Amino acid sequence: MAEDVLAGAPESGPAPRPSGSGRPFLDVRDLRVHFPTDDGVVKAVDGLSFSVERGKRLGIVGESGSGKSVTSLSIMGLHKRGSARISGEIWLGDDELVAADPERVRRLRGETMAMIFQDPLSAMHPYYTVGDQIMEAYRLHNDVSRRAARKRAVELLDRVGIPRADARVDDYPHHFSGGMRQRAMIAMALSCNPQLLIADEPTTALDVTVQAQILDLIVDLQAEFHTAVVIITHDLGVVAELADDILVMYAGRAAESGPAVDVFTEPRHPYTWGLLGSVPRWDRERSERLLPISGSPPSLINVPPGCAFHPRCPYADRNGDRSRTERPELVEVGPRHLAACHMGLEERATLFHDEIRPKL
Amino acid sequence: MAVYIVRRLIAAIFLLLIVTAACFVIFFLVPRLGGATPEDLASRYVGKTADVETIHNIAVRLGFTEPVYVQYGRFLRGLVLGADYPTGPTTTHCPAPCFGYSYLTQQPVLPEILDRLPVTMSLAAGAAVIWVVAGVSTGVVSALRRGSVFDRTAMSVSLAGVSLPIFFTGLLTLSVFSYTLGITAPGGSYTPIEENPLLWAYDLLLPWITLAFLYAAGYARLTRAGMLDTMGEDFIRTARAKGLPERTVVVRHGLRSALTPILTIFGLDLGLLLGGAILTESTFSLPGIGKYSVDAITNNDLPKVLGVVLVGSLFIIIANLVVDVLYAVVDPRVRLS
Ligand SMILES: Nc1ncnc2c1ncn2[C@@H]1O[C@H](COP(=O)(O)OP(=O)(O)O)[C@@H](O)[C@H]1O
Ligand code: SF4
Ligand SMILES: [Mg+2]
Repeated sequence: MAEDVLAGAPESGPAPRPSGSGRPFLDVRDLRVHFPTDDGVVKAVDGLSFSVERGKRLGIVGESGSGKSVTSLSIMGLHKRGSARISGEIWLGDDELVAADPERVRRLRGETMAMIFQDPLSAMHPYYTVGDQIMEAYRLHNDVSRRAARKRAVELLDRVGIPRADARVDDYPHHFSGGMRQRAMIAMALSCNPQLLIADEPTTALDVTVQAQILDLIVDLQAEFHTAVVIITHDLGVVAELADDILVMYAGRAAESGPAVDVFTEPRHPYTWGLLGSVPRWDRERSERLLPISGSPPSLINVPPGCAFHPRCPYADRNGDRSRTERPELVEVGPRHLAACHMGLEERATLFHDEIRPKL
Repeated sequence: MAVYIVRRLIAAIFLLLIVTAACFVIFFLVPRLGGATPEDLASRYVGKTADVETIHNIAVRLGFTEPVYVQYGRFLRGLVLGADYPTGPTTTHCPAPCFGYSYLTQQPVLPEILDRLPVTMSLAAGAAVIWVVAGVSTGVVSALRRGSVFDRTAMSVSLAGVSLPIFFTGLLTLSVFSYTLGITAPGGSYTPIEENPLLWAYDLLLPWITLAFLYAAGYARLTRAGMLDTMGEDFIRTARAKGLPERTVVVRHGLRSALTPILTIFGLDLGLLLGGAILTESTFSLPGIGKYSVDAITNNDLPKVLGVVLVGSLFIIIANLVVDVLYAVVDPRVRLS
């Protein structure tokens, strides 16, 4: 049954991995995920490339609907085979996942790569205890007794900061608070020591007070287990401090990417400026904020021609017709720092320093 | 959990009281309010041959001349302690729980009903096994292969199943399988299981299938809808993200949730059927509670009708209780509230 329900349909044959290449642990190349629907083809991801090394953290940022979840589900092989057309390459260690046998991808899931989701209540099965759900993941990939698995579950719950873990292991998810549920989800994801952890908006559904704790926990565990981490969020502020690299997504593509410090302090894309302007700040009133991006994200069925951001970009007129007709390529704007915008680099630097930053 | 069960139990007893009150209102109070005299009521208990004097005496002895609350008290008392009924010069004792006394057959009603219970139980239980297995598995496969030829065929057939009345499908199958092909029992016979299990099954096969077809159709549609909902839940995605094989995802994570509402409906359906599968029993002339109640209504034998209603209500209340408890076993969230 797994074959006809799960995993992406390969559109190209498996590409042989260049031998001895220093390929990063997770390497996504020109990923495209299209959903044919009655209204047209939804180009949820349309030519996205990024990579993460083990022990590193990548933050993917973008408004909702920009293709972040679709990207992560593609890596996990969780798109339905019939409904998604996936192309490009996703390298995880020595495996290329897009063209791989779905059964192979299933075996990697939970063991080599694991994922935590936005809403920890709906993501856990209401009928099974937290312990049972952790043990299920652990025993699937490790040939151990129930007793050993239970011991592991208690250790994990303890490690993620659940008080009295040996008692709470038998509780049901609805007995846990939101933050504790997300901790338990993290314990479940980490049960098999995955080499890649994807966290899709792990704190969006949680109280502000516990958000920071959960993020700290992920960072701690990542350092401890030397995991490659992809953290997805719509809040640039969240990843600015804890990610090594940042990828800003807009309409299924990368708008800007680079080392977190550079993207945060020297952003070179007007959309990133807008995201920075939407970061909540304790010392300012909401009304004082500079750049709430006007308008809403585009339809992914009819993506605007040229730069997909042009209908909302205050600077679209500065480049003649180019913003409307020609799609800007991702080009280097600094060391390992890429941005896709037609505006002159000098002009962007000046704009940011003179007009944007003072108001942030 | 214990608290929960006790609470459900108390609720069930309460419900039982309400049901007896409702029966009392329908069978005794409403006719009175409608202008029936105590004698009119009494005449239904003795048949039309008795003279005015006798009827009046019986009305007095049955208590129809007394205030309503006294009558209800007596009615309850009969259920709990038994009752004595005037039968000509002597009285007949109807032992507790007395569900009434039929003047037509000159018998307490309950033993008669209990006599017929095995027939109805055999019919309901056999059909239930068939419809649950057939309905649920069809629903699951339909949901997993939504839009496939199997799904569309199954849903068309099940639409027919829920729309066609029992007496139609029953007579059709009888005519084809019993009368034309001669491979099933012609109806009208019932062999107790302890006498001859094979004959028991042979006699009941066609009624089982006919009754099960109706219910299986509904269960297939329900299961399909439930599975489609459940398989879109976040926790299914989590189960897949763990790397579980699809079969485990479907059965342990999907079906387990989708079956919960079906469990409720199953309990109520079974409870309802145990009170008499009227159409099936009539169509196949099976001497069960359903047939008994039809005969009682035809003969205007009120005590029997009341007895059947009480027994039927009892089954439904018990089924309700069992379902409530099972629900708490299946869904841990229920135990909280
Ligand atoms: N299975 C699907 N079929 C059709 N469209 C989809 C499907 N999954 C996601 N989409 C669309 O893809 C776009 C990107 O979605 P998503 O990746 O969830 O965005 P986000 O960045 O908020 O996580 C959305 O417009 C969404 O409607
Ligand atoms: S290319 Fe044009 S529209 Fe797009 S971000 Fe740059 S200035 Fe704005
Ligand atoms: Mg998302």
